[in-house]
Amino acid sequence: MKGICKRFPGVLALNNVSVTVKAGEVHALLGENGAGKSTLIKVLGGIYIAEEGEIYIEGKKVEIDGVKAAQENGIAIIHQELVLVPHMTVAENIFLGREPMTGGFVNIKKMTEDAQQLLDAYHMNIQADTLVGRLTIAQQQMVEIVKAISFNSKILVMDEPTSSISDKEVDFLFATMRNLTAKGVGIIYISHKMSELEQICDRVTVMRDGEYVGTKIVKETNKDELIAMMVGRELTNYYTRDFLEPGEVVLQCSHISDGKMAKDASFEVHKGEIVGFAGLVGAGRSEVMKCIFGLTKGYKGEIFIDGKKVEIKSPIDAMKYGIALVPEDRKQEALYKVQSVKYNSTIEVLGQFIKGIFVDNAKEEEITQRYIDMLSTKTPTQDQLVGNLSGGNQQKVIIGRWLATNPKILILDEPTRGVDVGAKSEIYAIMNELVKQGMSIIMISSELPEIINMSDRIYVMYEGNITGCLDRNEVSQESIMKLAAN
Amino acid sequence: MAQEKGKEKQSAAASGFGKAAKIYFKENAGIIVALLVLCVFLSVNPMTSFSFLTQKNVFNVLRQISTNLYLACGMTMVIILGGIDLSVGSIIALSGCLAAGCVSRYNLPIAVAILVGILVGLVVGMFNGWVIAKTTIPPFIVTLATMNIAKGLAYVYTGGSPVRVVTKEWQFVGAGYIGPVPTPVVILVLVLIITAIIMNKTKLGRHLYAVGGNAQAAQFSGISVSKVKFLVHTYSGIMAGLAGIVLASRMYSGQPTAGEGAEMDAIAAVVVGGTSMAGGSGKIGGTIIGGLIIGVLNNGLNLMNVNSFWQYVVKGCVILLAVYVDYVRNKKSKL
Repeated sequence: MKGICKRFPGVLALNNVSVTVKAGEVHALLGENGAGKSTLIKVLGGIYIAEEGEIYIEGKKVEIDGVKAAQENGIAIIHQELVLVPHMTVAENIFLGREPMTGGFVNIKKMTEDAQQLLDAYHMNIQADTLVGRLTIAQQQMVEIVKAISFNSKILVMDEPTSSISDKEVDFLFATMRNLTAKGVGIIYISHKMSELEQICDRVTVMRDGEYVGTKIVKETNKDELIAMMVGRELTNYYTRDFLEPGEVVLQCSHISDGKMAKDASFEVHKGEIVGFAGLVGAGRSEVMKCIFGLTKGYKGEIFIDGKKVEIKSPIDAMKYGIALVPEDRKQEALYKVQSVKYNSTIEVLGQFIKGIFVDNAKEEEITQRYIDMLSTKTPTQDQLVGNLSGGNQQKVIIGRWLATNPKILILDEPTRGVDVGAKSEIYAIMNELVKQGMSIIMISSELPEIINMSDRIYVMYEGNITGCLDRNEVSQESIMKLAAN
Repeated sequence: MAQEKGKEKQSAAASGFGKAAKIYFKENAGIIVALLVLCVFLSVNPMTSFSFLTQKNVFNVLRQISTNLYLACGMTMVIILGGIDLSVGSIIALSGCLAAGCVSRYNLPIAVAILVGILVGLVVGMFNGWVIAKTTIPPFIVTLATMNIAKGLAYVYTGGSPVRVVTKEWQFVGAGYIGPVPTPVVILVLVLIITAIIMNKTKLGRHLYAVGGNAQAAQFSGISVSKVKFLVHTYSGIMAGLAGIVLASRMYSGQPTAGEGAEMDAIAAVVVGGTSMAGGSGKIGGTIIGGLIIGVLNNGLNLMNVNSFWQYVVKGCVILLAVYVDYVRNKKSKL
């Protein structure tokens, strides 16, 4: 792709961007949210048409003026949000829109056989006649990949494929990717996770504010250099954390269990402490927190706040005792996308400015502004729809929403998921500031470097049980993984 | 700097009303223009210019749309919730018949009859709300069922023939005047004010948008999702009960066929008014314009002596056009 420009009303989303992908390589595309990665991919996939620039495939200039043209030129895109039809079988999904026909009817037998052959060729343990809705997210991703390959794609684009699958599944995904590159497929790989670059990528192109910054060979560069390229400045202190002596116990939980994912979790949290919760996806970490926050009906176990036993049966109870929970899945569990930043910031504290039928608008704006300033959230106005902000700024709005309730114990579930590096670093700094002021933070995170660098202590969970507690002095990636995989 | 900000705030507060009006016009520009075009056309068209802008006709239009707008007030909230209420038309029939029956069959005072009518709406609405809040059965199905139940009960009670009421007092609610203004229009103004306050000024209003926009997030926020659903459907039921009384009064009788298809007119007003069927957004201000457009259109077509069969066709086209214009505007503003 050469000199690609794409204009939207008011913004130049892509300014003269050029990228070259070689056959058989995995080429990473790095950049903060809003850097233009997605736009570039959409131009390649024919979803957007670029105003300027040219696209060459195998040396030949091609016109990509629609999704169909992209497919015909061997370009396949696997989007972050999977687009399979859950009520149809794997085979039907793979051959959707080009089903093999016999005498005017779909030849289901042939379709299923062909699909099975493809699946087997890549050692995927999936039956072609299963309904897609029954597969795990990782398996669905595999189906998407097989579907892409079945188009004889030469260029495969993967947009954050590892964001919602477990480590073991990531390994299999990478193996499949290597399999593909060995056959000469070029892969463009978008990810926020730096550690994956070293594992799977050959070269990396960095973008910033819609512009091309540079391309590096992965082996010849390092994380700090890439981050500096992404944010346009040196991030001297990526993790900010002043470790102070923690105070007395503020929260003590014993034998928390929801009867399903959370089996037996006992732990305590001190004043002014960041307590990390590590473990594999599905280890029951979020489920334990949901019990403590009163979201799970009929959970078992005891909760003590400041040494006193408390009954928490609903989030209202939890808030009363000074607990706040920033959930894992921002889009599903926190955001009111079609509402403004102001609305999203104040939904927990309506009582502070709505008395009966009297609304104190000035107070509402003041509360909103307080947390916009505190978290340096970037939004044009308070009335901006929250859905239009970047992931990092959305997360800041949600964190601000809960800080407004003035919590003593803040539970952050994957606080930096889908957040770009710059904003990540800012969130760490805010967390540090909050615990210094005496708040206690429980952080669930699947990113080991983050949890290791930020936590005073780390509880590790495996299949619903706490398998160990590591002090920050004795913690390492290995020690965590050992407990997490038991 | 701080002083400047203070000044800004003062002037902002002073022009608060102007600002709100400005936002209102901006948000609803498309449908306001459509309404104005319609009104101007009817005022200059030689077929209607002599009758359209008379006080009598204006009040006539307002009287006609008032019952639809009562329903639309409840329906706006239900649709913002992401649901729908199909039972309102049948509630009109049941409420009207029972209220009329109170007066003509049991000689009860008018006040009791009105209370009974509203109570009918309240009970059906509460039942809708209860089932919808406690189960995951879609509101469409639940209210489809109660629509049939309420309609059936209205027929059972009346035996299929209208319950006539001929007292003067009975007509006051639907056909009477307070000063020069028809009673239903006075009620409409009150209903609109109450609805606007609930939606814009109370916690329930905020919670309504939260539940409709993202029920799971609302749960995480500690909002009682089932309570909000219950209250909103109850309100919609009450509005329908009210509409039933007003209609029965206007027609001098409670009729089991009254209100047939009324739920669709209410939905039309809400949707033309810019509320998304997907839930989570929408304003009562838009619904008012939506109701006015449909009302003025009906009136204009009548004044022009358009065949009533064709009126349906025209109404359908206008609904589609209004929603399409809105769609195009939204698409533009999103890019």
